Amino acid sequence: MSAELLTVLFAMIGGAIRVSTPFLFVSLGECLTEKAGRINLGLEGTLVLGAMVAYMTSYETGSPWAGVAAAAAAGFLLGGLHGALCSLPKVNDVAVGIALMTFGTGVAFFFGKPYIQPAAPRLPGIPLADWTGSPALADALKVNPLFFVGIVLAFAMAWAFRNTRVGLVVRTTGDSAPAARAMGISVDGVRLLATAAGGALAGIGGSFLSLYYPGSWNEALSSGQGLMAVALVIFARWDPVRCFVAALLFGAAGAIGPALQSINITQGYYFFNAAPYILTLLIMVSSGRVRHAQHGMPGELSVSK
Amino acid sequence: MTATAERPAAAAPSAADDLSDRLRRASEYFAIPLLALVVSALLFSAFLLALGRSPVEFFDLMWRGGFGSAFSWQNTLQRAAPLVLTALCVAIPARIGLVIIGGEGALVLGGFAAAVIAVPLLGVAPAPVLLAIMALAAMAMGALWIGLAGALRHSRGVNETISSLLLTYIAIAVMYFFVEGALRDPRSLNKPATVPIGAENMLGTIPGTDIHWGLATGAAAAVLLQVLMSRTTFGFAARITGGNPRAARAQGLPVGTLTIACAMIAGACAGLAGFFEVATVHGSANGSLVAGYGFTGILVSFLARHTPLAVIPVAVLFGGIAAAGGLVQRRMGLPDATVLLLQGFIFVVLLASETLYGRLAWFRGGDRA
Amino acid sequence: MTDNLISRRTLLQGTAAAGALAATGPLGGLNAQAPLTVGILYVGPRDDFGYSQAHAVGAAELKKVPGVKVVEEENVPETIAVQRSMESMINLDGAKLIIATSFGYFDPHMLAMAAKYPKVEFRHAVGLWDKDKHPQNAGSYFGYLDQAHYVNGIAAGLVTKSKKIGFVAAKPIPSVLRNINAVLLGARKNAPDATVQVVFTGDWSVPVREAEATNALIGSGCDIVTCHVDSPKVVIETAERRGVMTLGHNASQASLAPKGFITGAEYKWSTIYKGFADNLAKNQKLPNWVRGGYDLDFVQNTAYGAAATDGARRAADAAIAEIKKGAPIFAGTIKDNKGNVVIPATLDNYAPPLEGMNYLVEGVVGSTT
Repeated sequence: MSAELLTVLFAMIGGAIRVSTPFLFVSLGECLTEKAGRINLGLEGTLVLGAMVAYMTSYETGSPWAGVAAAAAAGFLLGGLHGALCSLPKVNDVAVGIALMTFGTGVAFFFGKPYIQPAAPRLPGIPLADWTGSPALADALKVNPLFFVGIVLAFAMAWAFRNTRVGLVVRTTGDSAPAARAMGISVDGVRLLATAAGGALAGIGGSFLSLYYPGSWNEALSSGQGLMAVALVIFARWDPVRCFVAALLFGAAGAIGPALQSINITQGYYFFNAAPYILTLLIMVSSGRVRHAQHGMPGELSVSK
Repeated sequence: MTATAERPAAAAPSAADDLSDRLRRASEYFAIPLLALVVSALLFSAFLLALGRSPVEFFDLMWRGGFGSAFSWQNTLQRAAPLVLTALCVAIPARIGLVIIGGEGALVLGGFAAAVIAVPLLGVAPAPVLLAIMALAAMAMGALWIGLAGALRHSRGVNETISSLLLTYIAIAVMYFFVEGALRDPRSLNKPATVPIGAENMLGTIPGTDIHWGLATGAAAAVLLQVLMSRTTFGFAARITGGNPRAARAQGLPVGTLTIACAMIAGACAGLAGFFEVATVHGSANGSLVAGYGFTGILVSFLARHTPLAVIPVAVLFGGIAAAGGLVQRRMGLPDATVLLLQGFIFVVLLASETLYGRLAWFRGGDRA
Repeated sequence: MTDNLISRRTLLQGTAAAGALAATGPLGGLNAQAPLTVGILYVGPRDDFGYSQAHAVGAAELKKVPGVKVVEEENVPETIAVQRSMESMINLDGAKLIIATSFGYFDPHMLAMAAKYPKVEFRHAVGLWDKDKHPQNAGSYFGYLDQAHYVNGIAAGLVTKSKKIGFVAAKPIPSVLRNINAVLLGARKNAPDATVQVVFTGDWSVPVREAEATNALIGSGCDIVTCHVDSPKVVIETAERRGVMTLGHNASQASLAPKGFITGAEYKWSTIYKGFADNLAKNQKLPNWVRGGYDLDFVQNTAYGAAATDGARRAADAAIAEIKKGAPIFAGTIKDNKGNVVIPATLDNYAPPLEGMNYLVEGVVGSTT
């Protein structure tokens, strides 16, 4: 393998690990929400708010992990608001999601102004490959603990959906509200909690953006990653483990553009930069089935109707 | 999206009672949004008070900046113009049960198509012909783009909300690829753009104002589409399909054709908004087409409850908020995000107010008998 | 931002509006009763560590001038919003001088407003004004940042070990290409085999992609990274964390890279804005066309950071002294990186052909398409 291809490969591996974490957390949050039968398009706003709150908290307290916790709390509140609004009759969850995207972004930008300039303490990275002596590899494999938390969470969620009572309750609520009610489950209650917990995960995803990579707060920080993560859940067909794989793929796809340019392949970088979007669309088209609920798709989901 | 289902009229004892009942029912659609606006204003006031700022000063500035003078009105209406068309891009598909959030992409590519098709015709076609061709190209391009999301939905079951969003990112990449590459005007130095159509070909303003024809066209389109969706067989069939696709299919309605047609009408509206951006503001296709009008249009349409006619006042309200935003920034030293936050407050409260429809006894006058 | 301050500011506003009405002379003149209002528009946030911040730092100087009141709006997109904001500043704040800081504000936005408000002066921060084509109450001012980037290159050539300098750039437009080429030419003064590797991100502010681009450049062996994007913060911080040296852009980023910072290319808009204030104070008409670099103190290099060796400092200081005397950057015959001669003979630092630069010079790895 030529040195140049190796450069691109390392960049893609590194990119997959660096860029995937916010995708992973937001998509896991969305996966949980959708499994319970709601769709929350507003996680982009949650991601941005989480990023700002994490940065602010880390700066004010000096502890980045306090920032992560605060971001989770902010996400929980915003998700809870979504869940509560949607449990009112006739209120549309897609619309509320878009509204909360505006609201969350607005809150983040409004209160985030004073924190664009100062430098807050960042989350640490764990050097996994320093022993190899290869700087490129060492860098590609310098990993933030949240990445591992995300992986564990993905597998834990997949296991819990299949094997625990909580998982069953969430799935039943998502697949058929009448069946859930027959089992004595409070449908609105489950959805409220699932949406709030999903919001908390998205908030953590935001804290990764501002506290680790790229690791600073500004208004352009997210550029649509929260929205992408919602697409990613469909891409992953509501399976947390596949969410993880998809997040890695998206991260790697995002790294292709700059990496190819760094070895002087420069044609059409706009399309390389748009690669994750094109990829998702193609996969959605090829895996789409007519009038047949997709495998794993919660039956109550408004997008499935 | 079941907001469109119409309530069967309750049996009315007399013509006079029937009229007053109908008025009461109709007034629900004005009273609840107004109530929601008042509540969101109160909430935002509380928010400002908590920050130690004066809500009186804030709303005074909002009024002056957005609606307080002839100048402010022009400012407001100019900003509202693209929003009417991009909101229609959401409202029409919503009637058939599609949530399209990709109006931004259709606007960008529509504007791009208009600017590109003009280039070989410059100096050949007289201005009115050129503008007509540009407008048609923009509408066709927009129709194609959102129509694609509709077609994918129908033929492959691809979720149109997500696909239209993805198509937006792709549209922006396509526009930049050409505008900064093959179709770039070499004279457009530091702001890559296509060849400008020239001042002589630009579409003028409504006489006596600074407001361009996009607003009048948008309003006309809203009226037309209102008629189409509420007074024609097409609109009726679309609403049935939106209410219950399975029943619509069982009745033999051409669900696929209807779905794609609604998506294409929507895309044409957004494409037309792109045309007006090029023909009245920029004169060429460039990065400024990506201005977020498509995304604000989503808010406008939801607040108008996807009713084409209601899109007009809501767009004006949003135009006014945007127009006053600068004044609030300059006079009160509040961040520019204040506007975004106020929009968020209004949007959330208005959506929550949806739950009130049909639940307030007063509006159901006849039901009590 | 205390209440006290706000109310005082609001009070001032009242007198400003009254004063503007009574004002006479080319710009109304200055006196204690009638403060002159200057409106400034920024394309990004004022504290972005980059382009808009550089302007805001300069504007802060303008605020210090007695009798001058500055009103500012940030995050103004390059759409109709520019015209409306300018008009709002003129009509509601009584602004007599409008400063438009973003490239895309000029055509059509500022030109339209200058034609509409002949008694208001407009100045735009890139050299686009042409006395034969454009209104006389409009004008341009600009600092030639490539001179400071050239100095960056001189210093970089003496500290790089890998002889590879990474450049994260937004778009392949003349002003960006000129800075990239200047870095290369500076570096080759002392390191004839040095190369500059470019990655274009495609947009002015995309933090994640900028960080990825920085990592990709470091991965391909660059030991110095610099950039031309709206806000260099992410690039500089990412490089610092990777233990790589950095060169700044737009504003001072020295505080972001305590270990690896060499020097940076900075605008010094304060010189220009103070000049404007001088003109205003003396009741003179503002110049229509102001441009310069080191010779007029319009640009500067950031104070040397820890990574600047003594040799690099001496060489950079010497280069600055020479540029001040007019030493050309684009000296001799210059080929582009495809082998074509693009500059047959030495060009003066302000030569018009440089404004349309659409190539990367030999030694730069990358492509403009």
